[in-house]
Amino acid sequence: MSFFKPAFRHPELPTNELGFTKKNYEGSISTLCAGCGHDSISAAIVQSIFELSIPPHNIAKMSGIGCSSKTPTYFLGNSHGFNSVHGRMPSVATGANMANREMIYVGVSGDGDTASIGMGQFTHAVRRNLNMMYVVENNGCYGLTKGQDSATADVGSISKKGEPNPFEAIDLASVALQLGATFVARSFSGDKNQLIPLIKAAISHRGFALIDVISPCVTFNNNPGSTKNYEHVRDHLAATGTVDFVPMREEITADYGAGTAQEVTLHDGSVVHLQKADADLNVNDRRSALKLIKDYKAQDKILTGLLYMDADSQDCHETIGTSKKALRTLGESELCPGDKALQAINESLR
Amino acid sequence: MSSVAKGVKSIEAVNDFVIKFANVNGTGSASANNLFAKSIFRMGIPMSPKNIFPSNIQGLPTWYEVRVSEKGYLGRRGGTDFMVSVNPQSMAKDVKEVSPGGYFLYDNTKPLDLRLHRDDINFIGIPLMQICMDEYKDARQRQLFKNMIYVGALAALLDIEFDVLTGLIADQFKGKEKLIAPNVHALELGFQYAKANFECPCSITVKRCDNVGDRILLDGNTACGLGAVYAGATVAGWYPITPSTSVIEGFEKYCKRMRIDPASGQKNYAIVQAEDELAAIGMVIGASWNGARAFTATSGPGVSLMSEFLGLAYFAEIPTVLIDVQRAGPSTGMPTRTQQSDIVAAAYASHGDTKHVLLFPSTPKDCFDMTAQAFDLAERLQTPVIMLTDLDLGMNDNLSEPLSWDDAREYDRGKVFNAEELEAMSERFGRYLDVDGDGIPYRTYPGTHPTKGSFFTRGTSRDEYAVYTEDGSEYVKNMERLLHKWETAKSYVPAPEIISVEGGKKVGLVHFGTSKDATLEAVDKLAEQGIAADSCRIKAFPFNHEVEDFIAEHDTVFVIEQNRDAQMRQLLVNECEINPKSLVKILHYDGMPITADTIVQRVKDVVQHDNVTPIKRAQ
Ligand SMILES: Cc1ncc(C[n+]2csc(CCOP(=O)(O)OP(=O)(O)O)c2C)c(N)n1
Ligand code: SF4
Ligand SMILES: [Mg+2]
Repeated sequence: MSFFKPAFRHPELPTNELGFTKKNYEGSISTLCAGCGHDSISAAIVQSIFELSIPPHNIAKMSGIGCSSKTPTYFLGNSHGFNSVHGRMPSVATGANMANREMIYVGVSGDGDTASIGMGQFTHAVRRNLNMMYVVENNGCYGLTKGQDSATADVGSISKKGEPNPFEAIDLASVALQLGATFVARSFSGDKNQLIPLIKAAISHRGFALIDVISPCVTFNNNPGSTKNYEHVRDHLAATGTVDFVPMREEITADYGAGTAQEVTLHDGSVVHLQKADADLNVNDRRSALKLIKDYKAQDKILTGLLYMDADSQDCHETIGTSKKALRTLGESELCPGDKALQAINESLR
Repeated sequence: MSSVAKGVKSIEAVNDFVIKFANVNGTGSASANNLFAKSIFRMGIPMSPKNIFPSNIQGLPTWYEVRVSEKGYLGRRGGTDFMVSVNPQSMAKDVKEVSPGGYFLYDNTKPLDLRLHRDDINFIGIPLMQICMDEYKDARQRQLFKNMIYVGALAALLDIEFDVLTGLIADQFKGKEKLIAPNVHALELGFQYAKANFECPCSITVKRCDNVGDRILLDGNTACGLGAVYAGATVAGWYPITPSTSVIEGFEKYCKRMRIDPASGQKNYAIVQAEDELAAIGMVIGASWNGARAFTATSGPGVSLMSEFLGLAYFAEIPTVLIDVQRAGPSTGMPTRTQQSDIVAAAYASHGDTKHVLLFPSTPKDCFDMTAQAFDLAERLQTPVIMLTDLDLGMNDNLSEPLSWDDAREYDRGKVFNAEELEAMSERFGRYLDVDGDGIPYRTYPGTHPTKGSFFTRGTSRDEYAVYTEDGSEYVKNMERLLHKWETAKSYVPAPEIISVEGGKKVGLVHFGTSKDATLEAVDKLAEQGIAADSCRIKAFPFNHEVEDFIAEHDTVFVIEQNRDAQMRQLLVNECEINPKSLVKILHYDGMPITADTIVQRVKDVVQHDNVTPIKRAQ
């Protein structure tokens, strides 16, 4: 059992703009294995949303089934959450989002939940550009069913059983890019400094925001032959550079080095700054992202950071033209045409 | 006309016959056939049209069968008195189907294959193609107007009021007036030809009467879609499947008319065509969980795919409205034929101990009313409500009582705490606490209150406060509460429609859905033969006590259904602990709607065999 939150709290905890302390964004105690990468991601989500000063109840947590999908219990205890069925979170999130476009949807899934049983629903949520953050806690295995290879396990990667995986891995970031995803990022659960700004940007993005987070399973997939073990990932990371996220309310003061920096302004006025290590990456160019992912992979490296973003994307509601008001807030007077209209319909059917 | 041979009498009928049109699908015959049926309806004569079509878009045989019944019997009768044959492909079969003394109207541009000749029916040859060739240059026009020509001929032969036909054409082409004259002209071509060449009217005729009243002509699926509009549904997730597709199409059609925000032009609804039925029901569950009224429509294969999610909705207690327009299964079965064969699958959809509320509409008005009611029930009971309609009701125009809506009606959104209630609450909110003792807990919508009322929705076991637990006693307590809620449901679902006849109490006919018309007709026919039968139309599952009482009060109870395995009977045996021997099966499942004769025959066989004394007819 790991406790990612402090047992003792200082009486004068810092508050965010809304006056909430971080405690207001925490959840119940995690029951995952001590050291599980998923817990670090939960902590990063708590930190990001606390810092973004979003009222906790304005968030809906959505997940499927798996160790990763359990985590929404361990963060944002004041938010409603929905642990749905295996691989089907995207559809539940779609319905929830259609009902109320005013909330913020935080989806958490696993590589099994997304890349196998849920691949169909995942691709369609991307395609619809559903306004949500979709975090895949990617450990290359099925944690909850005790370590079978998942579809994101690299070919040749050795599972706990000691056998190399014979099949090619599905790269979710590339799949999403090919499907037209409007925000694609990759990170590592152990890299808080990179993950937090990415989560903030993903939440502020209007549309579907995928973050594929490599998150080692310390119990079943942290053996030396696994390409998703902690050390391997550490040693093979290649960041696109540092990412910084400035919410629209904050003044931009940071000093970013010229030449290799890229700045993206989001629809709400927030700004994402990228201090690029790889000068070839243009986050507005889908093809450049796809190519770089491949190039790094060929060098046995995992490219992380913000890979692609379309800051002006249109979300699903805008595409289908639904009312600006949340549909669930409409009552009889807006929804029911009344008996007079019905009598006219009767008349047309005679 | 080649008349029937001596010794065979032509069928003589006024307002009481079956006419069938044999067409090729995709040739535009549907609108001509509708025109024919509607003219009978407008003459005040009850009639029920049924499309019999293949799972194909163009080129295969289709039939359109219209039963005309002044007495108002709307179930399928069986047999064909008048066949309009415009499909050479199915001609051999169609000729055989005509009852002795009946009529066979065909296109004699090419002479009739002599092997098809029968001397016990009347052949009416009209050179439909020849008339079109002479009259029209364009191939498309020849095709379309050919259909109008046979309707015109029927007007003369059956004595349909010509004005009624022209009136219908004027209605149909409102806004496209220049199409009226050519259509009327085509009708006249047929009319004149028949008048000039045959004795008109023939021995089967229609005659204006006043038995339609204020009824309307509507298909059940459109009525469901309209019901969802009136019920305030805002989210629909769906995946196309015959015969359910037109439910969502109906919803969309009326939403486009009545749900566009006048100020912004934006939609007060969201329809999402899902990637499959799993996603469709997932969307419904997500939207309902988030406080909107949401629904989906599907058919058997979709229900199979949805079952895991239905179990989640049952266990996590999320209102879910599902309309299942049944077709003949299993698997793809006969996808364009009707059946009532998803009853068990729907009642117990999903693994584990699960049961779902079911509704059984019989008419388009029921479809409208019960769809609206389904939303109230689903939210009141916080559980899936599955409406089981079928292809016969869903895809055919059915004569129906007019629709109505009480403007004072308020949606029953069930037990939901709002922000003020949560704010005022001193005790801890328990999502699965049985506060009122009826097994129904209170829920909160996401985003209601910053610090109170949030909970984690899950399919895993939890305690009354929605906290995960694998404590067996907590699990059992929860499952028992769900059962208690099931008992509560019995007082909310619609009660059966029981019709008692004089001298009844011995024979009881239990029926539901589209077996209604045939059953009520059978009751009349049985009475004519001295057998008094009461009837009980089941409208919902769980069964209310009235259903159990009806069964207990009758010596011989028949359960009439359109499936092989007597699925409703299984439910009755299972849920009411009824001795299976006391429920006699009447089954019909060839994909065509059940007929009264099927019921009468079986009842007579059993009653006479069991020596149940026939009751003397009241004088
Ligand atoms: C329909 C269905 N099939 C199988 C399972 C069993 N199951 C539970 S979790 C899981 C795999 C989870 O893997 P992943 O999504 O990668 O999550 P992780 O535990 O690795 O975080 C499986 C197969 C299930 N719950 N439901
Ligand atoms: S089994 Fe693996 S994924 Fe699951 S909690 Fe343990 S470490 Fe995390
Ligand atoms: Mg995994």
